[in-house]
Amino acid sequence: MILPGFGQEAQEKLRAAKVLIVGMGGLGCPALPYLAGAGVGTIGIMDGDTVSLSNLHRQVLFTEEDIGSNKATVAAARLQLQDAEIKVAVYPYTLTNQNALDIIGQYDLVLDGTDNFAAKYLINDACVLLKKPFIYGAVSRFQGQLAVFNMPVAEGRPLNYRDLFPVSPRPGEIQSCEETGVIGVLPGIIGTMQAAEVVKLITGLGDLLYGRLLNYDVLQARSYEIRLSLQPEIPVIDKDSFLQMNYAFDCEEEEDVPEINVAEFNRLVQQPNIFVLDVRERHEYPAIDFSDAQIPMSELQSSLETLPEKEICVICHQGIRSVYAAQLIRARRNLPVYSLKGGLTAYFNQPGK
Amino acid sequence: MQIELLFFGSLTDVTTVSRLIVENMTDTELVKAYLEERYPALRAAKYFMAVNQQMIQQVHTLQPGDVVAFMPPFSGG
Repeated sequence: MILPGFGQEAQEKLRAAKVLIVGMGGLGCPALPYLAGAGVGTIGIMDGDTVSLSNLHRQVLFTEEDIGSNKATVAAARLQLQDAEIKVAVYPYTLTNQNALDIIGQYDLVLDGTDNFAAKYLINDACVLLKKPFIYGAVSRFQGQLAVFNMPVAEGRPLNYRDLFPVSPRPGEIQSCEETGVIGVLPGIIGTMQAAEVVKLITGLGDLLYGRLLNYDVLQARSYEIRLSLQPEIPVIDKDSFLQMNYAFDCEEEEDVPEINVAEFNRLVQQPNIFVLDVRERHEYPAIDFSDAQIPMSELQSSLETLPEKEICVICHQGIRSVYAAQLIRARRNLPVYSLKGGLTAYFNQPGK
Repeated sequence: MQIELLFFGSLTDVTTVSRLIVENMTDTELVKAYLEERYPALRAAKYFMAVNQQMIQQVHTLQPGDVVAFMPPFSGG
């Protein structure tokens, strides 16, 4: 390849790079041959699904002969035809919180080719724990989203997917591709753009799509970019909670934790059997006198056993962390639990406070 | 004063339009309250907001001509 800025050094970086593609569907299929073509030395391919007829319009690596075969296995065979020297690892099964840290840990970065929220949150959280960048892509009907997350930063913490959407959508809240359908060329566009970001990230060329979300509308042929910022209420991810979280359950089946408004909260705290739990960090203001305990979100996981056998009402600054905390308490302690909607911000906004 | 609102992805199922002009809205909370009144299904929807292509984390004061974007998560692939 002869391109300005794309010399031997860039080629050597690509040759040394290890990229994991999770999901060999509409996004992963177009990304893979371009990563191989660019000279990425080691590529991991992960997908537990088999090829079906309805995939072929957008999953362009596959043919009718592949129907019924595992996607990762077929894709790896195509890759070796393209370039026999590439080191290929095949993972013909689904990413879970039990295998994610081990597998992702062996790579420099992850290209997200998945098609569901459970997998996207799982990849995000694993990459946060392992401090690995990931290249996010997703489509919805005629629009696609693209961003690079979790790049190392000199100060503070890097942006990740939970800065955009701290907790996963509820069942049926956002339709998946299977329900809504997608025009095949759209994931083709987004997937190749993800591959381009991978090449830029490895070589250091150009401006990476980090700190920005790109939305592309294929019908309008128009893109819209949003500069991103850190979400202060982001749930804390630690290894223990990661390993214990049921991502599929969290994203698809979990019933909502009841959220109560300030008026309901005021009534509830009059009850004798209610325990008000503040999950803000200790440095957060204002101090309040109506909570029964303060256990910061970052310590909650290890302090769950200290909660009494009462109805728990969880509060925080804005009512986002408290939902996450309440889900954890219900899952692990099976206590009746509520979250104050809008948090202390809403509480102190009521007249007379 | 006019404010331009842009809706992305599945949010247009709720609003039926991808672009809307509203008058006399001085901050993003007022815009949200107006939209939730007009489109109750928006209350249950997940999205983040941006003003002039900058994501916001709290209420933001609006100036004439500002563009407010509503961006939901996508999951397809």
